Amino acid sequence: MADRSLTYVRTEMAEALPPPKSTTGISAWMRENLFSSPANSLLTIVGLALIIWLAIPIWNFLVADAVFSDPEGLRGEACRFEGVGACWIFIQARFSFFIYGFYPPEEIWRINLMFLIGVILMIPLLAPRAPFTRTAAVLFFLVFPFVAFFLMAGGILSLESVPTNRWGGLTLTLIISLIGIIVSMPVGILLALGRQSRLPVIKGFCIAFIELWRAVPLITVLFMASVMFPLFTPQGMQPDVLLRAIIGICLFESAYMAEVVRGGLQAIPRGQSEASFALGLSKPKTVALITLPQALKHVIPGIVNTFIALFKDTSLVSIIGIFELLNTVRAASSDIAWQFPTDAVTGYIFAGFVFWLFCFGMSRYSIYMENRLHTGHRR
Amino acid sequence: MTTAMEAPQADRSRMAVSETDVAVEIIGMNKWFADFHVLRDINLKVMNGERIVIAGPSGSGKSTLIRCINRLEEHQDGQIIVDGVELTNDLKRIDEVRREVGMVFQHFNLFPHLTILQNLTLAPIWVRGTPKAEAEESAMKYLERVKIPEQANKYPGQLSGGQQQRVAIARSLCMNPKIMLFDEPTSALDPEMIKEVLDVMVKLAEDGMTMICVTHEMGFARQVANRVIFMDQGQIIEQNEPEEFFSNPQHERTKLFLSQILH
Repeated sequence: MADRSLTYVRTEMAEALPPPKSTTGISAWMRENLFSSPANSLLTIVGLALIIWLAIPIWNFLVADAVFSDPEGLRGEACRFEGVGACWIFIQARFSFFIYGFYPPEEIWRINLMFLIGVILMIPLLAPRAPFTRTAAVLFFLVFPFVAFFLMAGGILSLESVPTNRWGGLTLTLIISLIGIIVSMPVGILLALGRQSRLPVIKGFCIAFIELWRAVPLITVLFMASVMFPLFTPQGMQPDVLLRAIIGICLFESAYMAEVVRGGLQAIPRGQSEASFALGLSKPKTVALITLPQALKHVIPGIVNTFIALFKDTSLVSIIGIFELLNTVRAASSDIAWQFPTDAVTGYIFAGFVFWLFCFGMSRYSIYMENRLHTGHRR
Repeated sequence: MTTAMEAPQADRSRMAVSETDVAVEIIGMNKWFADFHVLRDINLKVMNGERIVIAGPSGSGKSTLIRCINRLEEHQDGQIIVDGVELTNDLKRIDEVRREVGMVFQHFNLFPHLTILQNLTLAPIWVRGTPKAEAEESAMKYLERVKIPEQANKYPGQLSGGQQQRVAIARSLCMNPKIMLFDEPTSALDPEMIKEVLDVMVKLAEDGMTMICVTHEMGFARQVANRVIFMDQGQIIEQNEPEEFFSNPQHERTKLFLSQILH
């Protein structure tokens, strides 16, 4: 380029060089993320101190001072002394109550059998490319609900009848949330589609339904279901309180689900349905094959968010006297035999952990699904 | 705009135009968007085997016109008769017309959640009821025709623009349409990819397909079209054979338009 001409043609290609050492490795990571400036260094140190300050008492409570076993059998006495940490033997002793509620102990195999069947049927539905998906779906959604109901309630085939007020614990939490999830999803989709309908009656009904249920707190819905509803129905004609609560939850969550799905439908460009129409597909087929699958994929995080909220909201049924997981914990910790300083705290930690376990599981599964359904370029 | 120089050479001898069979007939058609009169008194007769290019400035109603032909837009006045079927509010007739009319969009509009092969087989399977294996076989044939059979199991998001548009053309062809509508098929493409799409369109014309293209590719119009229609402000201003249209435009508006796009 000595003659300052504008012409230039590269003759040798530049080799790729390794990155400089100072940008890789642990020390570089720490320098960049933890100590990049004096202010950040200070924050790092303060944060670290905070973690240590919190971690030690938590560790002491959960492990160091905790009671893990009682050589004389599981009794409240073992935890009745000053400065005791978590009383894990309380959980151990009442574990069956937390899981099965007041269900007759000799009939608990029925619940276990129901869970076993449920899990076996859910594996092909949740796992990718598993065999028998279609068979499992039919069995799970059409046959399993009846099998589960008759296993739980009994009264036929020489199964002892167990009234719903003896159902409880984690079993009931799972039953309520599973029914809520399975019902609110399709109802929510129908409401979302109805809200976009051109027919004013359908559209008006869907908007009214969604806005009504969204505007009411779930607690109010449950109170209405348990206290107000019987006032309007003739004596002896009232459906079971658990059933009423479940219906209330389903309708409530459907309204939320509808809005999540509608958000997804609005994100689909109009060109998608136009291309589908241009190929000769009818409107229902376009929705079922083109817009809805894409919309649902877009809003997986929102859908799972609603599922997680629903799962946690089931604990509200305790206020109308239904013994789901949280209520069994509360009941067990007010037991005279277990009156000691940390029984309630330990119980709530346990309940919180169980809720977290299920919600975290759903959250991870949704991330996995998002990645699996991702097509096209990753940004 | 690409010029005539780059446009592929078309073999005009194979493009026969029927004297008697009418593909599309539009009579005294008007359309409004709310109170805006987008299409005014459109009269157009397209014979089987004809290749029509519609040109005009943006906002002149070209896209709206061809979107009326498969009822993506509704017209308020006049008649549109496609392959002997008049378009009315009757959904059955609309579906009947759409089965026979393919459309290619500016932005491809492939279905991103389906693989290329699934994009192609969707309509044959769900509209015509073709068995899956048969639909896939014919889809592969069309993918070979647009020269991308190796992409069959990829998703649209993994393809280049030109490849996507060729898939979109193949997707329409899988329904064996009698008429193909093209709505600015190359406008969203990089210059390097325009030719590969035009090549496919020229092949299609040589096979005798009835085509109505909204495009700014004047080279393509010269090579393939047997009629160029110029639209402005919702009206057909001028139509002529391509040679005459380009060398000897009559209307002032046409002259202005051609001077601007042909330099």
